[in-house]
Amino acid sequence: MSSVLPLSGIAVAASLLSGGIALFSARLGRTAAVLSFSLLGVAAIAALVAGSAVLVTGATLSYELPLGLPWLPWRVRIDALSGFFLVLIGAVLMAVVAYGPGYVRQFEHGHNSFAVLGGFSGLFVTGMLLVIVADDAFFFMVAWELMSVSSYFLVAFQHENPANRRAAFLYLLMAHVGGLCILLSYGILAGFGGGFAFDLLRTAQVDANWATAAFVLALLGFGMKAGLVPLHVWLPEAHPVAASHISALMSGVMLKIAVYGFVRFTFDLVAEVQWSWGVAVLAVGSFSALLGVLYALMEHDLKRLLAYHSVENIGIIFIGLGLALIFLGTGHRLLGIIALVAALYHTINHALFKSLLFLGAGAILHTCHERDIQQMGGLLRRMPWTGLFFLVGCISISALPPFNGFVSEWLTFQAALQGFVLDSGVLRSLLPVAAAMLALTGALAVACFVKVFGVVFLGQARSRQVRHAREVSFGMRAGQAWLAILCLLLGVFPTVMVTLMDAIPRQLLGAGLSQATAHGWLWLTPVSAATASYAAPLVLLAVAVAWWLAAMLLRRGGIRQCDPWDCGFSPPDPRMQYTATAFAQPIRRVFGLLFHIDERVETEAGIARHRLRVDDRSWGLFYEPIVRLVQGCARQVARLQSGNARAYLGWSLGTLLVLLWIVS
Amino acid sequence: MDSVLSPAAWLLAGIQALLFTLAAPLLSGWVKKVKSRLQNRRGPPLLQPYQNLWKLFGKEALVAHTASPVFRAAPYIVFSSTWLAASVIPLIATKLPTAAVADVIVLVGFLALGRFFLALAGMDVGTAFGGMGSSRETLIAALAEPAMLMAIFTLTMTAHTTNLSSVVDHTLESSYSLRPSFLFALGAMLLVAVAETGRIPVDNPATHLELTMVHEAMILEYSGRHLALMEWAAQLKLMIYGVLIANVFFPWGIATELNLGSLAIGLAAITSKLAVLGIALAVSETVLAKMRLFRVPEYLNLALLLALLGIFSHVILEVGA
Amino acid sequence: MLQLSLTEQIVSVLSAVVLFSSFALLAQVRLVAAVHAFAWQGALVAAVTALMATVGSEPHLYFSAVLTLGLKALLIPWMLHRLIRRLALDRHVETIPYPALVILFGAGLVLFSYWVVLPIERLGFAATRNVIALTLAVVLLGLLMMVVRRQVVSQVIGFMSMENGLFLAAVAATKGMPMVVELGVAFDVLVAAVLFGVFFLQIRESIDSLDVDRLNRLTEAETE
Repeated sequence: MSSVLPLSGIAVAASLLSGGIALFSARLGRTAAVLSFSLLGVAAIAALVAGSAVLVTGATLSYELPLGLPWLPWRVRIDALSGFFLVLIGAVLMAVVAYGPGYVRQFEHGHNSFAVLGGFSGLFVTGMLLVIVADDAFFFMVAWELMSVSSYFLVAFQHENPANRRAAFLYLLMAHVGGLCILLSYGILAGFGGGFAFDLLRTAQVDANWATAAFVLALLGFGMKAGLVPLHVWLPEAHPVAASHISALMSGVMLKIAVYGFVRFTFDLVAEVQWSWGVAVLAVGSFSALLGVLYALMEHDLKRLLAYHSVENIGIIFIGLGLALIFLGTGHRLLGIIALVAALYHTINHALFKSLLFLGAGAILHTCHERDIQQMGGLLRRMPWTGLFFLVGCISISALPPFNGFVSEWLTFQAALQGFVLDSGVLRSLLPVAAAMLALTGALAVACFVKVFGVVFLGQARSRQVRHAREVSFGMRAGQAWLAILCLLLGVFPTVMVTLMDAIPRQLLGAGLSQATAHGWLWLTPVSAATASYAAPLVLLAVAVAWWLAAMLLRRGGIRQCDPWDCGFSPPDPRMQYTATAFAQPIRRVFGLLFHIDERVETEAGIARHRLRVDDRSWGLFYEPIVRLVQGCARQVARLQSGNARAYLGWSLGTLLVLLWIVS
Repeated sequence: MDSVLSPAAWLLAGIQALLFTLAAPLLSGWVKKVKSRLQNRRGPPLLQPYQNLWKLFGKEALVAHTASPVFRAAPYIVFSSTWLAASVIPLIATKLPTAAVADVIVLVGFLALGRFFLALAGMDVGTAFGGMGSSRETLIAALAEPAMLMAIFTLTMTAHTTNLSSVVDHTLESSYSLRPSFLFALGAMLLVAVAETGRIPVDNPATHLELTMVHEAMILEYSGRHLALMEWAAQLKLMIYGVLIANVFFPWGIATELNLGSLAIGLAAITSKLAVLGIALAVSETVLAKMRLFRVPEYLNLALLLALLGIFSHVILEVGA
Repeated sequence: MLQLSLTEQIVSVLSAVVLFSSFALLAQVRLVAAVHAFAWQGALVAAVTALMATVGSEPHLYFSAVLTLGLKALLIPWMLHRLIRRLALDRHVETIPYPALVILFGAGLVLFSYWVVLPIERLGFAATRNVIALTLAVVLLGLLMMVVRRQVVSQVIGFMSMENGLFLAAVAATKGMPMVVELGVAFDVLVAAVLFGVFFLQIRESIDSLDVDRLNRLTEAETE
């Protein structure tokens, strides 16, 4: 147990060192990349071991660093919640470590040197690890900004492209506005608690209205980082332009750090939660989930599509958190715990399958240099392993049994269906409606991933590069395999995971979830055995047996290869295939209100061209008015700029007088 | 949970699942027969679906050379996931151990898993029709699934459980009362069932007019035993929705104890309920015409509205505050 | 779970169906079908009234029931029907922009009405408060229908269905209004129906359409 703190220290130091070594890539060449990734691997293993040790023993460790301000030393504390997120970081980092060396080979030549990429990757991981272990608001904010700024440089990595620069700037802007909100919300709590250490914040006697203000600021700040609608606009811009293994880290892990911050704030630091907060979180989560998946359906850039799915899944996580807040705020602690565990379960699930999908997208990008799925097709036969792992990711993210995405959505449904215990009739009817939104989201996610897998991996290649695609290196496949196996394991053995997570609610809320695993490792029974039960191992067994039986019975009889039938029309060529746009057309039409659609047919020299642009409405609805407002204000302020030196001195005099008047 | 440990219950669950699978072609044969009679035709014999399946199983399977392994694996996955969904539903007796393994949300998940691979199989060969069918199927499913889950939630909120066996038991044990929420949920469920099983007015199982197909378009490239499995899975799905409606909304007659007498009554009850539902389906298919695809969302909106009203009337009228 | 007597159950079911018919009116784009839905709604309201009369042994409610049936389920629908035929609107199909959104908004109105009536104390009849929530929703849905529809005829139907909601509320809450009021309201509705008929023909003659958006031109300000 005493080794947990040194281990986490090793994790932080190794990741910092990995960044340092990458800086010498010009001199060391390929060795630098290998060394740098090996050190990240050390960090991953250390984080995994330290995190699981804390989860298993349920201990809390704290330590005061010899760093920081004289009156505010930096404090470190690792409890079960931190341990859980350490495990999450470690698990994803392992895959990235295996995948990275093969992937960064393309950056060894040219001016996109590995020095920048590896250096900031190390800093980025360090920042994330420090956020998890920080135990005072000051240290937290320093680590948070380290994470934000280093990831800004990772987004801006390929800065020759103006779109990438724009995305990076947008990201930096949003990250700072979010950081400011978080700082203010800590400030409110600190004002009541008399200090920035988390211990003081926990015991602060906060007035209910001020607590709500702090909560709103925290929701804005962490929601901006997590990508809740309508604060998500930076996410589909920034995540895709980074290198793919970094996209995996950003989408898979960094968004989860925001979830961590939100959970730490609402469930740990704030003493009394209010149910109305839960309603707000539930509403925001539901809309994020639905809009995220709808925008993803309209997107044909593979990495942007996956980024929009992050918005969806963050929405699902926040649905769980909203339910938890509602139940806790109305005094139903046990149900609140179920919802919290469901949300955290989905957090780790999303980290796994989203990283898996980003690594798969990276593999395709690596070999085909193509991100537009309308140019792909037939990749399953050229990249069978990547295809298989990508399929696992698709099934998991679509929440289909027996993979992991299903378990966490099932738990969320179970929590939502316990809404009948609430006293308020309106809340009682809102909870099932939120559950129905979740169901709609799930069904649309299935549609979206049928589109993705069908267009990318099935059918025939639609372009020349794709036709000549080759399977990626062993390391890149191994990284994906690791995540795919974890996806299956977390889907089949949910009880193990829930038992591991038991320490989190025990420490935060004072009660565990022992009834969920009371009937042995086979049965997951969140509320009670009479209410609902799910035996994932038996489900997997039944699927396997049914398949085996059918295959055995039907083994006789041969298979003959032939041309496609297609109702007897001429032999299909790749251009006759259904495209992604065509696939999504009915959904675009049904949910047309939610998109900004620009569709026209342009005739040019007798050739008609169909143009279609589908955009996110949130730009027009939320951001352009703000931009206009800011520009309008700036124009007003610009009047001060007369250019006359004496006028400026006059302003100075005026300011001085006003200041002196205030001070006196 | 006590039923989980009893071997007799497991045996019964196995027999039920087998019976489910074996009876599914009979139900679609029955619907076809009644429909033909209503249209003044003699129609195929009642057992014709079995003969079709048998014939297809004996034939060689043709696979397009553009197909990937997904195409060959899909029939097995679709069939086995549909069959697993079926094994969760109480057919002639309640207190099933399988219902504890997988509750009603898992059942919906199984159906979604089957649909996922069915739609992928449609896109695999790379023909235009396959993609069209997959696109339409996922649209219909995306709108039907929330309606179905909301209708089921209405029931599970009344029974306070998502275990299908317990839901049925709860309805049987509670005193008989008229409930508007049940009425709305039933309406929603009927609409969803028609949409999900690809019947008129949403899809036409008998059509081979290319532009109107949904389900048939996805399985256009299949032949031999692959086609047989796909068709059987479709018949199973019809049976699943039939039994769900029959036993969840009208559970009377189902066996709650494991003795021969009540099991026989249960068998007779479900047979007659399904026969009536089959006639109702045949009548509606005869009097209605197939809708345009873009009318289908309106139809499913109606199902959603009914399900929503079911939840509201449950909360407002039945629980009180 | 409320324990309700059989009558209360039937009243609950019927009022739920009335609510559904309001949604049917809201979403029905064909005028003739909308008139039919309105007739059914009237018949259902009459049935609830008759039921309350039997339970509460309030003889005057029988009279109200018969009046409602005759007026709202038969006479007014028949008049509207004739009018539609005279104006050659039988095949008229109205376009509602974003029908799903309208329905969703309607569902929100139901929840809102429930929230509004929650503070009402439980009255003698256990289901009353809940039924009042539904009737308030019927009134609001009628108003919503008048907002989203352009056709004058469907606006009239929306208006009448608001009246249905009010009437049902009166029956459920206070065993009906005093006879005089009830007769007066019934007469008002009838007169309104007749007047509307005349009015339609006039509008039609003067602006050659029944689209109320065309009446925008009557505004003083120059819009175009």
